[in-house]
Amino acid sequence: MYLRKTILATGVALSALSAASFAHAEPTAEVLHWWTSGGEAKAVAALKEDFEAKGGKWVDSPVAGGAGDAAMTVLRSRVLSGDAPAAVQLKGPAIQEWAEQGALTNLNDVAEAEGWDDVIPPAIQDVMKYDGDYVAVPVNIHRVDWIWANPTLLAKVGADSVPTTWDEFNTLADKLQAAGITPVAHGGQPWQDATIFETVVLGLGGPEFYQKALVDLDEDALKSDTMKAVFDQMRKIRGYVDSDFSGRDWNLATAMVMNGDAAMQIMGDWAKGEFLAAGKVPGKDFLCAPTPSDHGYLFNTDSFAMFNVSGDDKVEGQKLLAELIVGEKFQETFNLLKGSIPARLGVPMDKFDDCAKKSEADLKAAQDAGGFLPSMAHGMALRGHLSGAIIDVVTAHFNSDMTSDEAVSRLVEAIDLAKD
Amino acid sequence: MGASQSTESNLTAGIQRHLSKIVVAPSFAASLFFVYGFILWTGYMAFSKSRMLPVWDWAGLRQYERLWQMERWHVAIENLFIFGGLFIVACLVIGCLLAVLLDQRIRAEGVLRTIFLYPMALSFIVTGTVWKWLLNPGLGLESAMHDLGWTSFKFDWLINSDMAIYTVVIAAVWQASGFVMAMFLAALRGVDQDIIRAAYMDGASLPRIYFGIIIPSIRPVFLSAIVVLAHLAVKSFDLVIALTGGGPGYSSDLPATFMYTMAFQRNQLGVGAASAMMMLATVMAIIVPYLYSELRGGKKNG
Repeated sequence: MYLRKTILATGVALSALSAASFAHAEPTAEVLHWWTSGGEAKAVAALKEDFEAKGGKWVDSPVAGGAGDAAMTVLRSRVLSGDAPAAVQLKGPAIQEWAEQGALTNLNDVAEAEGWDDVIPPAIQDVMKYDGDYVAVPVNIHRVDWIWANPTLLAKVGADSVPTTWDEFNTLADKLQAAGITPVAHGGQPWQDATIFETVVLGLGGPEFYQKALVDLDEDALKSDTMKAVFDQMRKIRGYVDSDFSGRDWNLATAMVMNGDAAMQIMGDWAKGEFLAAGKVPGKDFLCAPTPSDHGYLFNTDSFAMFNVSGDDKVEGQKLLAELIVGEKFQETFNLLKGSIPARLGVPMDKFDDCAKKSEADLKAAQDAGGFLPSMAHGMALRGHLSGAIIDVVTAHFNSDMTSDEAVSRLVEAIDLAKD
Repeated sequence: MGASQSTESNLTAGIQRHLSKIVVAPSFAASLFFVYGFILWTGYMAFSKSRMLPVWDWAGLRQYERLWQMERWHVAIENLFIFGGLFIVACLVIGCLLAVLLDQRIRAEGVLRTIFLYPMALSFIVTGTVWKWLLNPGLGLESAMHDLGWTSFKFDWLINSDMAIYTVVIAAVWQASGFVMAMFLAALRGVDQDIIRAAYMDGASLPRIYFGIIIPSIRPVFLSAIVVLAHLAVKSFDLVIALTGGGPGYSSDLPATFMYTMAFQRNQLGVGAASAMMMLATVMAIIVPYLYSELRGGKKNG
């Protein structure tokens, strides 16, 4: 008993001693994230290695489960008890929400030293900044508006490429269906329904309409005939999916395209990871092409928000981490592992696959054309309660026989209700 | 020496006298704080303007108004009545029937009883996942029937917005009816055999004996079973998550899944708290009359 106490006391004293002596020497950062499996876990490990190579001490706080819900619950309690982690995996307008609570720290000095304003695309800067100050750092750009297609199945109905207008899409899908092939692989989960929905909004309405309807929530745009046409198209697509789609996970839908059970899937470029992991070659075994739109590009960017921490070692660690994350080396390693493209310009793309190269080229074109827009379905465009209200209506329409008129009026009602 | 011994024995006696209170005190304090304290806190949150973080600003009944204006909440409440009603009735009927059949002193009763009771030992997540596979038209029952040659067979409730909630009923009844059976069986065994024999002597038929004598005499078990089943129904969460994920769309949402979505996924703590209070009110509406009758009954006996 006494012996154990003595050992304990010595241990505590020793660790206190070591903590004191290294406090200034070792920049420390606690990182809260939910990248705990597959390529994502490898990507985080790469960041950790970099950070430790620069003499930092990495405190890993992974919270798995519920696509980040569990991590957010942990974050709330940590912030409320005044012990926030240094960096938290957060994205989209949620960053602004935390900044409004005064919980985020200012990264402007790092940003200036590193010249972030020149290398990060302006639309992504907007997401990372609160009141003009950097409070978060982007790690990647996922493109959401992709069609993943099986070329063998397309060839069966005489098509050699992915359609470039929604009319062509419907014609092709009808042909496929007539040939006994499931045209669209889809998983009936609300976010997947919403993913298709937003690509249709972008395609039928154009980038300007997308901005008005799903970013600014302009009531005229939401009530417009264009929006009704969008819901009509959604009803069409509902007819193109197989009968077992309910509740199917997205990667199982991707597997359907891979195995020749369905011709196309509309999904972000995380689907590419499934193809590559199965040893498939882009352009040969599968096709990647943007969903029909006029130089539109919907982005989904993961980022780390930097919370207020006290203590020199922690502040130093946080700055070092921010610098490394935006740095070219990390952006390259991370995105090669995760299947996305770097969130900064000037990273050499030669190690990336053809789909990623296309994504990068399209990004530049979309930026010039004003079509580089945040994804609504993936929490980049709107705060959770607003996008949630839209997704509810989209998924209720997709999974029932609701008319487009009713869907539009419900959409306006739901947004009004969520707004106040 | 003698003095210290007597102090010690005094102490021991004191501890023994208060032992039950000392043992119960920590769990009493813990449940007072973690259960009732947090109920009060949630009650307050439902009146606050909380969204992402809990705040104390008073919002009056605004969160309840917003809750009742939400289409999704109405779906959840409607589903609760469909699910709760069918679940309770089906479990009682099936449980009672199984118990009566098992009560006929049949062979291998022990084995059958275990088989029927076993589903209760599974977690709802397991039940939900297994039934998801069974009911999936492309994987389970429907495809099995098609393979056997019955190609017109159609059973697609799982992916049908109007019918999805009934699949939750099927899975929940499968899980809980064995438990209800066990409750009834125990009660049936407790019925005085002399009365039954007397009824036989008078020439009453077997159904007559069951409906006229045995079932009325085990009425209290019905009440207990209903209370157990009702609270299972109100707090149902994992079964829905595993079986349908609340879908298609949100057509099989229940209040518990609605609350989780609002409070933990949409930064709507206020609305989430309001829906939690509505669930509490539903449970209270069932439990309070039960407790009242129980406590009053206890007084009469005492």
